[in-house]
Amino acid sequence: MIRFDKVTKIYPRAAAGAAALRDVSFRVAKGEFVFLTGPSGAGKSTILKLLYMEQRPTSGEVRISGYSSNQTRGRDVAKLRRRLGVVFQDFQLLEDRSAEANVAFALEVIGTPRANIPGRVARALTQVGLASKSTALPRELSGGEQQRVAFARALVNDPFVLIADEPTGNLDERATRSIFQLLREINASGTAVLMATHDLELVRSTDYRTLEMNHGEIVFDSADAARIEVDID
Amino acid sequence: MLAFRTAITAFRRAPLLSILSITTIAFSLFAFGLFGLVALNIRDALLRVEERVEIRAFVTDGTPSERLATISDEIAKYPEVLKVDAVTQAQALERARVELGEFKDVFESQFLPASLDIKLKPGSRDPITVRAVVDRIREYDVVDDVRFGEEWIAQLYRLRNIAGVAGAALGLAFAAVAVIIIGATIRMAVLARTKEISIMRLVGATDGFIRRPFLIEGSIKGVLGGVLALVLTYFAMRVLGQYLHFETAFFDRRLALLGILFGALMGLLGSAVSVGRHLRRV
Repeated sequence: MIRFDKVTKIYPRAAAGAAALRDVSFRVAKGEFVFLTGPSGAGKSTILKLLYMEQRPTSGEVRISGYSSNQTRGRDVAKLRRRLGVVFQDFQLLEDRSAEANVAFALEVIGTPRANIPGRVARALTQVGLASKSTALPRELSGGEQQRVAFARALVNDPFVLIADEPTGNLDERATRSIFQLLREINASGTAVLMATHDLELVRSTDYRTLEMNHGEIVFDSADAARIEVDID
Repeated sequence: MLAFRTAITAFRRAPLLSILSITTIAFSLFAFGLFGLVALNIRDALLRVEERVEIRAFVTDGTPSERLATISDEIAKYPEVLKVDAVTQAQALERARVELGEFKDVFESQFLPASLDIKLKPGSRDPITVRAVVDRIREYDVVDDVRFGEEWIAQLYRLRNIAGVAGAALGLAFAAVAVIIIGATIRMAVLARTKEISIMRLVGATDGFIRRPFLIEGSIKGVLGGVLALVLTYFAMRVLGQYLHFETAFFDRRLALLGILFGALMGLLGSAVSVGRHLRRV
């Protein structure tokens, strides 16, 4: 479903020889949950940006559900993004709109018929447990609740993969647990999840696959480690 | 329809910014409008002076009136000629008595020559065309002398050319300033919605979809700014006319509409450039 083939990414203004990603290859299967870990600047966010094609590889190829980074342009990028859900550390909500308006926005801008919008918005807000606060403005919600609105917006188009860039980075421990539980539920419903995080405690608390990055390279893939263990056995 | 609704919503969400944009557009178009009004009035004044360009061909004494009429008809057929008046000796005397009233008793006999007074069409009153028409008239054997204020016409056209070149240069400068200010204003509106644009892209809106509401918003601001500029220009003209005691012409309906359309076009182009640049960057 997701495939990185020898992907190298060098940003145009980067110092000579400084690659954000270097020869990165991995695959993510349908419905899989994958953590991306590593220190700041390791390349986690670059991997996520390549997935929703905000960035293009300098060399190599990213394939996601049939869309290739070497061929997908313009309108097709928009089509791909309609099938992805993306959430960020800073929520990225429109401050002057209610929770439901923020979620509805994702449907309006892709031309969803107006009659279908309220039902889908209500369903998404219910899924994230915020149905009772649908008319609240972001500033009237806690950090965890704001992140839930961002999740509802990401889920409202029924994505096949949810891309989460440090979604718990701005949240306290309780909110983090709650958001992580939500991510597990989303994944259990069949949506693949790719989550970049610094929270190693969170990562260790589960047996989900982990890709550890450093200096633009994958230095550890728990799937490989598991295979090696099986081989040894 | 959604793009139109989004554009209207943008006005409602940021009324102050919208009013600021419209006012800025209005004032830049107002400056352009004031200049246009000055140019229009100078042009009108020059046209009125130009209307006085006249060729007077004096004919020899004793020219039969039939011959005078024939020549008059021939000259009237020149493509440059608007009107020819054949003035007999008696009429010339009468005219002199009216024009020079204090000397009217001096004019007793028909000592003034008969003439053909020729008015030229607009566009044929420049020194070269006037000189060409005069040369043709001189070929008639009965024409004794031709007067047409050669120096005066040359001066008038020099003035007209200077006014034309200065007007075009100033007009272009004012238009350029208006375009830059309108572009900057629209850019401000685009920057105020950077987050909205990035979210739109993230959830799969096409660039065309993102662009449309901005183009509509820019055009609406341009139209409103244009209308406001027109109103400001009208009142400025009234006030100036009142204090400086002169009558000025205002834009006719066609020019007023063109001004508003210019505003809309500037708003549209400003938006297209600003949003385009922004979308290429993010």
